[in-house]
Amino acid sequence: MTWLSRNLPYLVAGISVGGQYALIAIGYTMVYGILRLINFAHGDIFMVAGIIMVYASASMPIYVSIPLVLILTVLLGFTVERVAYKPLRSAPRMSVMISAIGVSYLLQNLVFYITGGLTKQYPALPWLGDSVTVFGVTTKRVTFVTPILTIILVVLLVLLIKKTKIGMAMRAASKDFETSQLMGIKINSVISTTFIIGSLLAAVGSLLFFTNYTGVSPTSGAMPGLKAFVAAVFGGIGSIPGAVLGAFLIGISENLIRGLGWTTFQDAFTFALLIIVLIFKPTGLFGEKATDKV
Amino acid sequence: MKKKTEVCISLLLIGLLFLLLFILEQRLPRTHMLFTVLKKGAIYALVGVSMNLLNGFTGLFSLGQAGFMLLGAYTYGILTIPVAQRANVYLYYDGGIIQFAIHPILAMIAGGILAAIFAFLIGLPVLRLKSDYLAIATLGFAEIIRAIFQWDKLGPVTNGSNVLRSFPIYRSVLFYFAVAVICIGIIAFMINSTYGRAFKAIRDDEIAAEAMGINLAHHKRIAFVVSSFFAGISGALLAMYQTNIQASMFKSAMTYEILLMVVIGGIGSITGSCISSFLFIACSEWWLRFLDKDTFIGDFHVPLLRSGFRKVVFSVIIMIIVLFFRQGIMGTKEFSVRGIYRWLTRRKANKQKGGETVG
Repeated sequence: MTWLSRNLPYLVAGISVGGQYALIAIGYTMVYGILRLINFAHGDIFMVAGIIMVYASASMPIYVSIPLVLILTVLLGFTVERVAYKPLRSAPRMSVMISAIGVSYLLQNLVFYITGGLTKQYPALPWLGDSVTVFGVTTKRVTFVTPILTIILVVLLVLLIKKTKIGMAMRAASKDFETSQLMGIKINSVISTTFIIGSLLAAVGSLLFFTNYTGVSPTSGAMPGLKAFVAAVFGGIGSIPGAVLGAFLIGISENLIRGLGWTTFQDAFTFALLIIVLIFKPTGLFGEKATDKV
Repeated sequence: MKKKTEVCISLLLIGLLFLLLFILEQRLPRTHMLFTVLKKGAIYALVGVSMNLLNGFTGLFSLGQAGFMLLGAYTYGILTIPVAQRANVYLYYDGGIIQFAIHPILAMIAGGILAAIFAFLIGLPVLRLKSDYLAIATLGFAEIIRAIFQWDKLGPVTNGSNVLRSFPIYRSVLFYFAVAVICIGIIAFMINSTYGRAFKAIRDDEIAAEAMGINLAHHKRIAFVVSSFFAGISGALLAMYQTNIQASMFKSAMTYEILLMVVIGGIGSITGSCISSFLFIACSEWWLRFLDKDTFIGDFHVPLLRSGFRKVVFSVIIMIIVLFFRQGIMGTKEFSVRGIYRWLTRRKANKQKGGETVG
């Protein structure tokens, strides 16, 4: 019991960070499910969403700038796919991945140029950024909003994928890319939708994430992006429930490690956990069994 | 052309290159940008070729290069700081626990060996994984290595997250080139041997390679260990070049940069990796530098030019290469004496043929 009461702040923070990772991880896992592409630029799209918010809120009221951030991030994700990934659809997988790394490099350098390389103060969002005390834990309200919002969004997404026509098309495309094209699925619009959903969730994730962390710099997307990707791999890349579960597990365990005072190993532990899981289950917790065809 | 003449001409060309570098070093001031580019280019060429051995020739998608470079750099630094300087460097750890220094070249080789040992150990579990899973696991190991080296409990050895400095360095660009040429030569030799052919077979089709009697685990491990050994050596060179080491330099962004160089040069081309690493470094450090300065042409203030613009232009160039020149500079071809000879003789032959028809 004393362990619990001492570690409760870390546990709560972990659940919250886990929710934010989950929102980013969905973008990774959906894109991977369809294109078999590690979208290295996803973490940077998340960071750009933060930067847009910084600039938007400086000149506009908050209720205009939040929708603007969501719209611009979605546009960015859509454009990146059309410009950098679509021309390479028939190219080997390696080229697309390199293109993703190139986009990530470009976005980081662009933000560096615009901000002059300084860490920008993230605006304090009203209501979300207020301090509240629950169970003796004082924290920002966003900590409690995040897991709830994450679960709502994930349920909506799962419904979209299971019940709607576009969701069915997505499932078909991730099962077999070429056959689904033969069946009359407009593969480009399916892929664009995937990127739009991924970027939208990343934008929501960035609103929640940066409210906790106050500063945005050109490289602040790299670590959360990598962690979210690890979460997606952890849960079995391509599976949405797996990604969400993996993200919560990683968020909680990394904060408990921090609670033990091992801050240096906070990031390393995530990877260690991943490697252990991969050794015993080479395709993640919920991943499809890969079979080799001759 | 005979094999023997080809080797002779190649060696002659390398000799000429060293002569040229020697003359340049006598003529130009030591701080000239050219030397920065040449040194850093040689280092990245070496690590690029070592990464190409894995990603391009063996088909193992590994992203652990920065971690192995870190191992090499730290081993070099830790083993070579003069005993008299230790108290200054290990300020917070009472001079550290290692109280001896060995010859720089031995330390460099030790760095490579340590990286190779780590690669062997990491490879035991990790090399069973496939493609993307392998990539993320090796990336993870690189991050774990970085965290371990920043751990303050290991401070007496690694100096925690503080800077390691005051170790002996070679200033001459010739040294960097000598090491890089020897190491790349060994890798090239390996790629053209039985091992190299086995690697390529694994890359092209694992199952077929296994059916032909190639021991997959054994060959993958060898490729991984050899590649890491040379990454370790290049890490030691990087330490010399930068004159100080800090674990926070060796982030995954560094691995991405090396991967970009390899891809731009052409996956599966040794000379491609070398050419592209020099071009990459020259562009990002030297040729585009004017973009970072406020410039006036007459009274006209050129817009957009300020700090950071160079990197934006550079990344746009990279995107253009990635999108429109998918094969990279060299593709899978190699730049060789034989190739040039063939190209020249074919042109001559064509000319003669053309002459005859006119005549």
